[in-house]
Amino acid sequence: MSQAPSTASSTTGAAPSLAKPEMKKTREGFGHGLVELGEKDPNVVVLVGDLSGSTNVSFFAEKFPDRFVQVGIAEQNMVCVAAGLAAVGKIPFLATYGAFASCRAADQIRVTVAYTDLPVKIGGAHGGISVGPDGATHQAMEEIAIIRSIPNMRMIVPCDYWETKKATIAIAGDPHPYYLRFGRESVPVVTTPDTPFVIGKANVMREGSDLAIIACGVMVYEALVAAEELAARGVRARVVNVHTLKPLDEEAIAKAARECGAIVTAEEHQIHGGLGGAVAEVVVRRHPVPMEFVAVHDRFGRSGKPEELMAAFGIKAPDVVRAADRVLARKAGRS
Amino acid sequence: MEQLRERALHVRRDIVTLLAHSQSGHSGGPLSTADFGTVLFFHEMNLSPERLDAADRDLWQFSIGHVTPVIYSLMAERGYYPLADLLHFRKFEGHLQGHPSKHDTPGIEVSSGSLGQGLSVACGMALGSRMDRSPRRVYCVMGDGEQQEGQIWEAAMFAAHYKLDNLCAVIDYNRKQIDGDVEDVMGIAPLADKWRAFRWNVIEADGHDVPSLLQAFARAREEKGRPSVVLAHTVMGKGVSYMEDDYRWHGVPPTKEQADQALREMGTTLEAWTERLRRNGVAAVAPSANGAS
Repeated sequence: MSQAPSTASSTTGAAPSLAKPEMKKTREGFGHGLVELGEKDPNVVVLVGDLSGSTNVSFFAEKFPDRFVQVGIAEQNMVCVAAGLAAVGKIPFLATYGAFASCRAADQIRVTVAYTDLPVKIGGAHGGISVGPDGATHQAMEEIAIIRSIPNMRMIVPCDYWETKKATIAIAGDPHPYYLRFGRESVPVVTTPDTPFVIGKANVMREGSDLAIIACGVMVYEALVAAEELAARGVRARVVNVHTLKPLDEEAIAKAARECGAIVTAEEHQIHGGLGGAVAEVVVRRHPVPMEFVAVHDRFGRSGKPEELMAAFGIKAPDVVRAADRVLARKAGRS
Repeated sequence: MEQLRERALHVRRDIVTLLAHSQSGHSGGPLSTADFGTVLFFHEMNLSPERLDAADRDLWQFSIGHVTPVIYSLMAERGYYPLADLLHFRKFEGHLQGHPSKHDTPGIEVSSGSLGQGLSVACGMALGSRMDRSPRRVYCVMGDGEQQEGQIWEAAMFAAHYKLDNLCAVIDYNRKQIDGDVEDVMGIAPLADKWRAFRWNVIEADGHDVPSLLQAFARAREEKGRPSVVLAHTVMGKGVSYMEDDYRWHGVPPTKEQADQALREMGTTLEAWTERLRRNGVAAVAPSANGAS
């Protein structure tokens, strides 16, 4: 289901600007979403592993101290404590860095949370290489591959502050386990408070049919910038925001393949098993077309500034444009 | 007390019989757990098998998920589902999975099977119960080999930090694990000292003596301000002469012939007890005191 592309127009308010975007932190969207949930639902509880400030659960902790559980540096315990809280009727949100949430506690997520299908909501903060100076150990880039392979897990990678806030609130209403991936830095706002958000329904951010750029997270902005540049040359790229990695909007992907004939995927994640892999699984079955992947090519990150890292690791708008050119050449070569 | 002993005997017969039919599963741990398990299910815990969502029912979590032969036998005897279901343990057509599955078996609160996780789950249940001011208690059964898992100690720290006195853990301290004696594989002693150092109330009990167990659980219930752990000293394979204290029976079921021999030691036969299960024979023993419904 498409909606008004937020760069061309929006339903209310000023259209987000690509050239000079408003910059806001997705983790603040998480934090503010939790506060709103806390006000509405007394069953929402929040856990954290010694990272209240950097995951922004501190906002909730200040307002609802009786529903805030500090577990210290013990992520495996935290996931299972959350499960126990869910078993007695709570809606637990927990937060730690994505590297620890997805790897260290993977067994706990798999057996205690997912196999039991408990409504535990995992906030995987600091996802992606844009984590910056902390370096490889803290730059989580495998979460999509790990989490989507676990049955019953749902997964959302929101594109900006507003989408993160909406996603946080929306997942509380679905009694199943969720993983929410967001980042550290301020990132461009590309949606508005009124942009529709429906779990499992991809948003077409820009119409076009020469190719489709399917992106998630901060790469939605990069995709939109790339689409502008391509438009200047007369190439009309569709930009699809696949915020929900699982359950995947297969119809939107198949439609993009059918109507555009070429796909570029873009993610702040390893090339193996992430958004690209998920999209490819659908495309190959439903409507095979040439595909190019903009992702981190099977490398650990390193320390640096977020912007320079994204450029060095090949996941900025120019990389999306180059991938678009490659896929268009392949599309042309076929006909 | 005599009722509890008789019930425990039935549970042991159930364990051996279901294993004889499945030819897959664990023998040693279920048998060492049978006595304190019976005291928990038939005296200590306030359970409501007929109403699975009863608000203030006590909650139990077997962190040692693999001792399903005793978990399922206790549940069947207590009335969660028909005894006949035990004959389909680990079979494709049955609901009784190799390790406890919430979505398959009514009465299981949280699935388990990967060691080290259940105490954390119990902590969450206990904390949530206190948030709701529920009078329920939460019980967690652990293994001694399982004490080697680091997450157990994360949970132990958590429970003491949050003063979860509505939480009672029990350790099946049978001193054996898959690869041999616990102290040879990866020493956990001194175990009581460790739990005390983690600020828990530690109660040692003879895991096969009903009065000792009754007293232990009563003392746990009285403790305020900190969680309690009962170190139940047990014998792996208790009740079957050729299994007792032999670590090789940890994860191996008896053959049909061996099972029949064990059941004869317990005063019945494989054929007779199988028939009793098939007919859903309900033992004349009702759950006793302590809030059990």
